[in-house]
Amino acid sequence: MASEENILILVEFTGGLEMLFSDERKHKLSVPTKDSQGKAVTVGWLVDYLCEEVMKDSRKEMFVLDGHVRPGILVLINDADWELEGEASYALQPKDNILFVSTLHGG
Amino acid sequence: MAPALCAICTESRALIIRPKNHQKLCKACFIAIFEAEIHHTITTTSLFSPGDRIAIGASGGKDSTVLASVLKTLNERYNYGLDLVLLSIDEGIKGYRDDSLETVKRNAVQYDMPLKIVGYDELYGWTMDQVVEAIGKKSNCTYCGVFRRQALDRGAKMLGIKHVVTGHNADDVAETILMNLLRGDLPRLSRSTSIVTGDESSEVRRSKPLKYAYEKEIVLYAHHKKLDYFTTECLYSPEAFRGSARSLIKNLERVRPSAILDVVRSGEDMAKLVPEQVTGISQCKSQKVSLSSADGEEEGGGGCGTNGRDSGGEMADMEKKLKEDEEASSREVDITAAASNPMNGQRHDRIPNKPESGKTRKQASGRKLTRQTLGTCKKCGYMSSQEVCKACVLLEGLNKNRPKMDIEVDAADEESSTLRRKMEGLALAAG
Repeated sequence: MASEENILILVEFTGGLEMLFSDERKHKLSVPTKDSQGKAVTVGWLVDYLCEEVMKDSRKEMFVLDGHVRPGILVLINDADWELEGEASYALQPKDNILFVSTLHGG
Repeated sequence: MAPALCAICTESRALIIRPKNHQKLCKACFIAIFEAEIHHTITTTSLFSPGDRIAIGASGGKDSTVLASVLKTLNERYNYGLDLVLLSIDEGIKGYRDDSLETVKRNAVQYDMPLKIVGYDELYGWTMDQVVEAIGKKSNCTYCGVFRRQALDRGAKMLGIKHVVTGHNADDVAETILMNLLRGDLPRLSRSTSIVTGDESSEVRRSKPLKYAYEKEIVLYAHHKKLDYFTTECLYSPEAFRGSARSLIKNLERVRPSAILDVVRSGEDMAKLVPEQVTGISQCKSQKVSLSSADGEEEGGGGCGTNGRDSGGEMADMEKKLKEDEEASSREVDITAAASNPMNGQRHDRIPNKPESGKTRKQASGRKLTRQTLGTCKKCGYMSSQEVCKACVLLEGLNKNRPKMDIEVDAADEESSTLRRKMEGLALAAG
């Protein structure tokens, strides 16, 4: 399994998003380094992958709206706001920690 | 991409980009500036005085947890001289509030603050689970919001505390301003912008020290400080109108992050233009202090799910419906007369209430919401801008709709209330 074609990353969901992902906060994923077109996989690719492969819940719109991560969900790449890292175009690196935090839940 | 450096210390890697000005900051500088800005809000509005005892409306959620953490930090750093207490409301929602209260209990230990929990059950004789069982999921947020607002006042009074702070943030305030704007409700728009409600003469003042703090930054602060908070949505129905306002705000934020604070500022400016005869607030005070809105039409006071914080719009409908119900039931003389008994039997009233005729009450609840002046509720004695507060109006409706056998039970017998409700549940299920 652990071939050169895969990288290991840690994806975390908090702020209520974990309920969309089998109530699991942390997901260790092994993802390919290249997408189907042979390009390096990005966070944007990861979001699609999470929707299609990881999320069992049918309420996709609570995570992705109109092809974008739903407004009100923060994305942190190794603790940095993804806006500082090129947002969806950020290319995944081995051991990256990608955190999705919802701000939409009760105060 | 070379990592950006912090705009303040210019040494550490920037992790945060501030929504209001796009400033890139490292973790330490972000935490420092976030706290400094709350301190600024507190000092420029003279929110506290040394020796004040302050109850923090604590739900275990991100906002109130951050509020408790920041107030503790600032109180120690700047010697505010405050005595801080956590005050939590148990609405009685199984699988939601009982879990979040566990978080508050941990917070009490982590922040070394005393914790007081007051329940809807003990105050009103109804848990939210029972209310929902009785009225269904529609508009239950109205009940919850109205009850919570008063429950915080009552909890504070039990503690002998005159000032409750809540975790409402800039996003919440912007949302409420938009909702009031969209309803054309200027008096509420005016009040919802104010950082403090109630004044020195009120029994309990309320304030929102996080009023200018972005929700995004609150979540990031909690994340970077590794605060222990609870995140599960309330199990009951979302409020569609607030949900829409919220989505609108979040969509605007994505396109133009400063929009949230801009809406808050616009709301404040519009509030100044609302004439005194509409708000009941004297102009010279309107910027800082406004009329207390003890009736729950504003935000519910930290603790409800995202969707349930406001109940204003539905309130008018609810009042209309209750008035209609009341008019209808007044034709059935016997039931109306009997129905006032279980009401008095509820633990809702800590202050003994004077017996009232059904007629007086009818006039009171039928009043129009035009001019609002602060007074006390004739029934329960708590702050209200109307003769009978909304909590009492709603409770009366709830109690009146109990099945007839209910009315025949001796209402003074409090032990019987649980049994009664079980019977009621059966009756509802059968129906």
